[in-house]
Amino acid sequence: MNQKLKSYTAQTYIAYALIAPAALYIILIVAWPLLETIRLSFTNSSLAGEDYVGLENYQKMFSSKKFNGIVTRTFVWMFFSVSLKLIIGLIGAVLLNANLKGRSIFRVLVMPPWVVPIAIGMLGWLWLYNGYFGIIAGVGMRTGILDGPFGFLAYKQSAFISTIIADVWVGTPMVTVFFLAAMQGVPRDLYEAAYCDGASRWDRFFKITLPQITPVIITMSLLSAIWTFNSFEIIWILTEGGPRGSTTTLIIDTYKQALGNYKFGRGAARAVVVMILLMLFAGFYLALLARINKKISHE
Amino acid sequence: MIFILLPFVEMFYASLRPLDHLFRSPYQFYSDDLSFWAYREMWNTVPMLPRYIFNSFFLASCVAILTLVFVIPAAYSYARFKFPFKNSSLYILLAINMFSGAVLLIPLYKVLRTFGLLNTYQAMIVPGVAFLIPTAIWLLKSYFEKIPIDLEEAAFVDGASRLQILRHIIAPLSTPGLVVVGIYAFIGSYAQQFLFAITFNQKKEYMPIPSGLYEFIGYTTVKWNEMMAASLVGIAPVLIIFLFLQKYIVAGLTSGAVKN
Repeated sequence: MNQKLKSYTAQTYIAYALIAPAALYIILIVAWPLLETIRLSFTNSSLAGEDYVGLENYQKMFSSKKFNGIVTRTFVWMFFSVSLKLIIGLIGAVLLNANLKGRSIFRVLVMPPWVVPIAIGMLGWLWLYNGYFGIIAGVGMRTGILDGPFGFLAYKQSAFISTIIADVWVGTPMVTVFFLAAMQGVPRDLYEAAYCDGASRWDRFFKITLPQITPVIITMSLLSAIWTFNSFEIIWILTEGGPRGSTTTLIIDTYKQALGNYKFGRGAARAVVVMILLMLFAGFYLALLARINKKISHE
Repeated sequence: MIFILLPFVEMFYASLRPLDHLFRSPYQFYSDDLSFWAYREMWNTVPMLPRYIFNSFFLASCVAILTLVFVIPAAYSYARFKFPFKNSSLYILLAINMFSGAVLLIPLYKVLRTFGLLNTYQAMIVPGVAFLIPTAIWLLKSYFEKIPIDLEEAAFVDGASRLQILRHIIAPLSTPGLVVVGIYAFIGSYAQQFLFAITFNQKKEYMPIPSGLYEFIGYTTVKWNEMMAASLVGIAPVLIIFLFLQKYIVAGLTSGAVKN
């Protein structure tokens, strides 16, 4: 017994020692900055120095109409982007799962937007959205939908929609791939049984596929909500949050305050709001994951 | 499908067309003199382009190597040992994935500034590694778990030390896993360079491709055909690596995140 206990603690030490470098690294680069951000949010820190100002940053932030607008906008932007990703991703996965010719090629071809550096992909979108010479404006003018050049990123509403579309373009491939992986995991005999019972294509999809992959759909909606919420580069390159703030989401606003104006304190207060929201999302996600895993191990 | 591929096709098409054909309104679908001219000319227009490409590769390689250095022992530990807080710390790792670098930029910026590390390679490498460690640990852990434990026990009985086991048994057997994780880290850091680069670095000679090209857009007239050509050159390496290895990477990532 004693011997066993001794080897057990020795093992634990080795285990911790092996993890220590990675853990320290993360504490230094992730955990410490998180705490420091919270501290800074109570100061008026800038390039000039810092003083403790209590809740001033928060009071100013929450009483400003602009900030409340930004929060609402972030959620509207997120809602449309995530729903589109899920819907297109689901349809895409069904198509890629069907017995079509060349599906293995298509399965690879959906992935590029996911792998390519977002920043470079967005340079391509800048060209597509070009009001005079871009292909979208071009098709619009040729078909008569537009009666002249139209800068998609120059007007409030169209910029809002355009950034959502670009974000969906980046995010859909991953959602599709995960849905596809889940669909391939649905046991074949379920379909065979249903086929024998004379179930239609629709029935098979809604009564077998959909319920079977529901856990993955829920996980993916949460994950993609988190990633969409964090989305920075897409909006930054396309509009830098403009025109007149119409595409400024929380992340963009945080960045602008902190590293555009070097108002570290104000930026930190916004970053804290972002953190709290992210932790809520993350809490949901982890709780869900734990529940799903428990279910699996019970079966 | 069209939605996903059209931007790439159009980028490629635009890169082949002469500039005056691009600058016609309304959009012309047809150009008769397609050429790779822009691919030659871009090196003159963006004189630093070779440097940007080098920087991108250099940064991504450093990040990938550093990530592996930190992740290999940790992943091994998670795969082989039982210890208190094992599961909860694994979940914390997953949670870290959900924080974007943007939230942590302020303190990092201040620290880098005090140590005079702004506008250096290190400033772009160090934060990048932290955000790749979590997923890399999950990925590599599952590779280590596939190596039969009997082999190790046999070696242990023969008197090999833990380190020797790691070097002579685990490392060779897990080479495919290490390659996949290394490539994951490379592609990941190649993709996330932009944010850290525009925040921590203003020096042209250290810029990776995305921020170098982004700066180029700020100039008065953008030569879109060359811009697209340069973008495609920036995209090509990751795309090629990915196409060859997509099976492994996708399988690894999907099993890590959804876990069923």
